Amino acid sequence: MTTIFKLAWRNIWRNKRRTYITLASIFFAVLLSAFMVAFQKGAWDRMIDNVVGYYYGYAQVHEKGYWSEQSIDKAFAIPSELETVQKEMPDIRIVPRIESFALASHENNTTGVMVVGTDPVAEDSMTRLSTRLTSGRYFVPGEEAALIAEGIAKNMKLGVGDTLVLISQGYHGVNAAGKYPIIGILNFPSPDLNKRMVYLPLKVAQYFYGAENLVTTVALNLENKDVVPPTIRALKKELPSGEFEVMDWKQLMPDLMKAREADTAGAYLMLFVLYVIISFGIYGTILMMTKEREFEFGVLVSIGMKRLKLGISIWVEIILLGILGSILGILGAIPLVYYFHVNPVDFSNMGEGSMDVFAKWGFDPIFPTAFEPAVFTAQALVVFIITAVLAFYPLLKITRLKPVEAMRA
Amino acid sequence: MKNIITKGITKVYNPDTIPVVALDGIDLQINEGEFTAIVGPSGSGKTTLLNIIGGLDKPTHGSVTISGTDITKMHDNKLIEFRKNHIGFVFQAYNLIPVLTAEENIEFVMLLQNRPEAEREQRTTELLNAVGLGDKRKNRPSQLSGGQQQRVAVARALAPKPDFILADEPTANLDSKSTENLLDIMSRLNHEEGVTFVFSTHDQRVIDRAHRVITLVDGKIATDEEQKPVK
Repeated sequence: MTTIFKLAWRNIWRNKRRTYITLASIFFAVLLSAFMVAFQKGAWDRMIDNVVGYYYGYAQVHEKGYWSEQSIDKAFAIPSELETVQKEMPDIRIVPRIESFALASHENNTTGVMVVGTDPVAEDSMTRLSTRLTSGRYFVPGEEAALIAEGIAKNMKLGVGDTLVLISQGYHGVNAAGKYPIIGILNFPSPDLNKRMVYLPLKVAQYFYGAENLVTTVALNLENKDVVPPTIRALKKELPSGEFEVMDWKQLMPDLMKAREADTAGAYLMLFVLYVIISFGIYGTILMMTKEREFEFGVLVSIGMKRLKLGISIWVEIILLGILGSILGILGAIPLVYYFHVNPVDFSNMGEGSMDVFAKWGFDPIFPTAFEPAVFTAQALVVFIITAVLAFYPLLKITRLKPVEAMRA
Repeated sequence: MKNIITKGITKVYNPDTIPVVALDGIDLQINEGEFTAIVGPSGSGKTTLLNIIGGLDKPTHGSVTISGTDITKMHDNKLIEFRKNHIGFVFQAYNLIPVLTAEENIEFVMLLQNRPEAEREQRTTELLNAVGLGDKRKNRPSQLSGGQQQRVAVARALAPKPDFILADEPTANLDSKSTENLLDIMSRLNHEEGVTFVFSTHDQRVIDRAHRVITLVDGKIATDEEQKPVK
């Protein structure tokens, strides 16, 4: 075996130009595919974090059936079991909300809005709502006031200090009406949210809807996506079965998931095309090497080297090149991916039309690459496997080699 | 008794299109200790005969028996194994492994034979000294002259202790001095150690040294004569 490795290693450096060409093929293959995947994954991770972060949270608890029929009548008192789970998993922070639609009015203008009653402190820790203020200020404890989205303010000609009148149907059909001073204007990247969001402190909204101590949603503020499955498992175990639904971010945003799947499928297709191009590049160099050394193979078989042993020696040679090229590819990709992770591609300066696509989903058009070990290792592994499979070509060629003809070549 | 016996060897290239008869019914016996030259004009079938005797090519008809074993009926892997242990080759273009040093080239076939390291080292040293290259053992083929490379090739062919050495035009690429040097070494090995050599050659200097000269013309044995070597 040592002889095989020795032969293989020395043969690698026998024709340096050929080796550099092969290494370059593998290097660029790993570099390009890793960058492509890192960019695609990073963009989607950021999109999801954006969407999850600006409103939904990684998971939510509702009364059973609320999500399909979002009615104030499905409001519920926060169950004590939720506190039990919180005690067991102290990293979980909850954001209680009461949400429903209302008619907003100011002077002669009216519009439909979504009124969200929320705990100002919990809400801000999850969605950083206060950072969306373009004018005015955030809630202070105990006040009865409203924060409205920029679109509503513009359409209804409202400003900080004006009064907003809200009318709606409250819990179990009670009349809901109230007037609230506007203390701040919020900006959302999504035009849809900009046209309809009105925030009230939780207690104020519960009073408005006639649903004291009730909420329609408990959003869960979690550290990251990884803790979602165990949290959901714990909640499902603790909460009374049949009374509540626990949904993760994938269930809450099926459209976004479908869009991601479609985009990922497209990216895989692109990646496949890249792999095919890469394969031809690597195959070309292997073909060249096999042809160049046909004579040598003939000699080795003539003097008594078994075809399988010779084939393995050549395979090992290409495998060593594959390992070396993949390592170099990873080393090359790390600074590139890291640079774009720290300095994301910013599409803010693109035309208005392009911005609409991003705004529709409500995220900033900034795309950092995903700087995760799996991105590099997976791509290096794929390219290495391609190389290892292509390396069977000389082995096949050697099994069919006729020494006399090979030495005549 | 170690010998090579060929019976009715015929080799026809392109039998289905334009048949070319390279060998036409060759009957031959080469015994242990011979120093035989197979001569003839280009295209007479010298290399083809050597290739068939060495098991590198299959005859269209006929058989080759080496020391009692019919190699024409052997399967590929067994034939490779047989070549490794019984036949040494010296090629016109030396054909050393370029990435291995002189000593590693010689040791290579013994490695394939799984011989113990101590034996390999001892035999390599013996052979390098025998071909007068004891001081070039660490040189790679590219660092050796043509003559030196061919001497390493002879040492490599001898390394597995084969029954026969088949040499195809071994001096074709060598100058006069290197040719003389190589022939001296091979004659000495034949004379002193009883190594059997079979050459295919055009070179009169090689023919002059042979004990037996077989002349091929158009794929047939025209003459088969024993002679007293010139030197």
